[in-house]
Amino acid sequence: MSDPAHDHPLLSVEGLTLAAPSLGVDVVDDLRFHIGRGEFLAVVGESGSGKTMAARAVLGLLPPGIQRTAGRILLDGEDLAAAAEPRIRALRGAAIGMVFQEPMVSLNPALTVGAQLAEGLRLHHKLPRDEIRARSLEMLRRVQIPDPERCLAAHPHEFSGGMRQRIMLASVMLLKPKLLIADEPTTALDTLVQREVLDLMVELARDHDTAVMLITHNLGLVARYASRAVVMRQGRKVEEGQVGEILRRPSHPYTRNLVDALPRRGAAATPVSGEPLLAVRSLRVEFGGRGWLRRNRRRVVAVDGVDLDVRAGETLAVVGGSGSGKTTLGRAVLRLAKANGGEVRFRGRDVLGAGGRDLHDFRMGCQLVFQDPYSSLDPRMRVGAIVAEPLRHLPGMSDADKAARVRGTLEDVGLVGFDARFPHELSGGQRQRVAIARAIVRHPAFVVADEPVSALDMTIQKQVLTLFRALQRRYGFACLFISHDLSAVEEIADRVAVMQSGRIVETGTVAQIYDAPSHPYTRALLEASPTIDLTRMLESAA
Amino acid sequence: MRFRLNAVVGAVLIGLVLAAALMAQVWTPFDPMKLDLRARMQPPSAVHWLGTDEFGRDVASRLIAGAGTSFEISLLTVAFAMTVGAVLGVIAGFLRGWVDRVLMMLNDALLAFPGMLLALGLMVVVGASKYAIVVALGLAYAPTMVRVVRGTVLSIREREYVEASRMIGNGEGYTMARHVLPNCIAPIAVLATSMFGWVLLSESALSFLGLGVPPPAPTWGNMLAASRPHMDTAVWLSIAPGLCIALTLLGINLLGDGLRDRLDPRMAVA
Repeated sequence: MSDPAHDHPLLSVEGLTLAAPSLGVDVVDDLRFHIGRGEFLAVVGESGSGKTMAARAVLGLLPPGIQRTAGRILLDGEDLAAAAEPRIRALRGAAIGMVFQEPMVSLNPALTVGAQLAEGLRLHHKLPRDEIRARSLEMLRRVQIPDPERCLAAHPHEFSGGMRQRIMLASVMLLKPKLLIADEPTTALDTLVQREVLDLMVELARDHDTAVMLITHNLGLVARYASRAVVMRQGRKVEEGQVGEILRRPSHPYTRNLVDALPRRGAAATPVSGEPLLAVRSLRVEFGGRGWLRRNRRRVVAVDGVDLDVRAGETLAVVGGSGSGKTTLGRAVLRLAKANGGEVRFRGRDVLGAGGRDLHDFRMGCQLVFQDPYSSLDPRMRVGAIVAEPLRHLPGMSDADKAARVRGTLEDVGLVGFDARFPHELSGGQRQRVAIARAIVRHPAFVVADEPVSALDMTIQKQVLTLFRALQRRYGFACLFISHDLSAVEEIADRVAVMQSGRIVETGTVAQIYDAPSHPYTRALLEASPTIDLTRMLESAA
Repeated sequence: MRFRLNAVVGAVLIGLVLAAALMAQVWTPFDPMKLDLRARMQPPSAVHWLGTDEFGRDVASRLIAGAGTSFEISLLTVAFAMTVGAVLGVIAGFLRGWVDRVLMMLNDALLAFPGMLLALGLMVVVGASKYAIVVALGLAYAPTMVRVVRGTVLSIREREYVEASRMIGNGEGYTMARHVLPNCIAPIAVLATSMFGWVLLSESALSFLGLGVPPPAPTWGNMLAASRPHMDTAVWLSIAPGLCIALTLLGINLLGDGLRDRLDPRMAVA
């Protein structure tokens, strides 16, 4: 098959090398790739692979401390690396658009959406006001923003993350760039919204014949949207080719690793019977609406009459989009959020009304693993002290026993010899291991894990999930696994509960939910999950 | 390396002040209290290194003797304001609810009052003495510290490690002391070092208004205040204590920054 992109590449990066002199390393090393007109190229890699820096170099937006030391960046034959700053500025936005990862901070909160949409048009096209307004409205309609007239006058905080990313996309596509660089544009969004935003992006790019450079760590998205992919690792390109080829027959061991790290369904669990360890009955949690100063705030029902049973040793996953109330459910069960009604029983004893001694006993039996390993560890404590802290409430233990337990637990999570480190000296995966060690050091019967791997790279996710599984087998704790990532859930859960707007809409074993979903919301979630698509595809090919 | 050099310079400056204060206990070039009306307003010379004041007292000796008093007052005042401010700030910010509301209402009332006026009022009631100054100035400055600490705590209490501490079964008091307070050190240190400067100057202002450490005991503040009428004829009288105050401030700020970096594990050089 001849590749038309080779004849007239829109963008061609030749031997790009970026150095961080203060660290004495090259963050990008002799990178070569090209993008044809209207082509959809994915740049795949984990954190530290240099993919974001490469994209920033194309835009001439390298952060301070990083310099281009070699290479050319040709856009339509013009070397951007050699161009003067005013020329780059003229191209930025007009010829190359960029969508960033974090929609919450990439729009200016102080300006109206209309002002931000108009900015680029005014700068690059010098259009009259009504023309700018007309084009903005049309584009907002195009990205399916309800009530575009009102949207122009509104400020970014009035919109959800998905809406903001659409507005961002609208503002970029208004200028009809020849190249759109999207850096992890949907990582912060849940599965359903991710699909909507990306589908829209592909449509818009096709309409305007815009080439797309999608930077991502998610192989599912690569398989679904891109035609060609470049795989990067530690600043180097390790593999390049047609997406189907790369995923089915990866030639480089690292790419193989990435493909192997795709979550696969765990072994079917033998159903656990007997009394539930944790029983939740018609639990209800509401926010807002109280207090005389907040009289006019609307009351939000986050959890609306939820029933759940978690049996000893099993993993029950709660899945749902953002705002479905799954995190609040986990917090309410642990009494970190106040429940407004219903009942939670742990080993048959009431939790919600417990006080003093009873509450303490309950706390001794449960633990929580947080989503963000960067804020869940006290930055001023060493790893050893963090893991040892829960043991101060076990009165019968001698200091020697405690030290031995901490050592053993660190060994369990694969962090031998890390006692004296501070959290900032660890990688994200290592931090999450510390958080897991802290959670299991007291051998709890029940652990709530709130999106424990969603902040981690794919290969690290795999390792942490595998570790979690192994620890669960060894210590036999039950787990409430809260996640929006259906593929991770498929790998780790025994049973799944699907949550939508505060209610559980469907519960079943992994096989029931994934192979024969009965509720439309479950089906929508499954369809939107790109990774599940991909694993199915690879399995059927194998 | 830069911040280490800064910290060393700071430590040397503060060390000099402390050494002077200690030395004053056993020896000064002249008796700092002794009047010598034949040698009034002399410019710096080989005998009187920094000259003499309007009563013929040796300025160098008075500076050395005053170092201890000035430094002690400032240090105690800052310590007082810092302790009160940090404790109340952490309690208000962490516990929220009515405790927060009552504490902050009182705090804002104090803040609304000019600090100097408050100190003046207190001084008039309890009378001028070293410890009265400490309490008066401490109360005048504590509300600022409460505000800053509370603000920091409000953000820290939402961090997940605080929630993790609760999950472990730790009590609120333990969580505050172990996880919240240590993470407030940076803003406390910054505020405390700048506060040191304000207090040194406020002490001079109180002296100037005649409510500082009562004469004839020397402090840098009252020396500076006393020099004012002679600014045009004997400029060394104001330069010497002014320079001492400025260098002490510089020292405290450099040392404070160095200590703050030192105490933060994230800043430690591997």
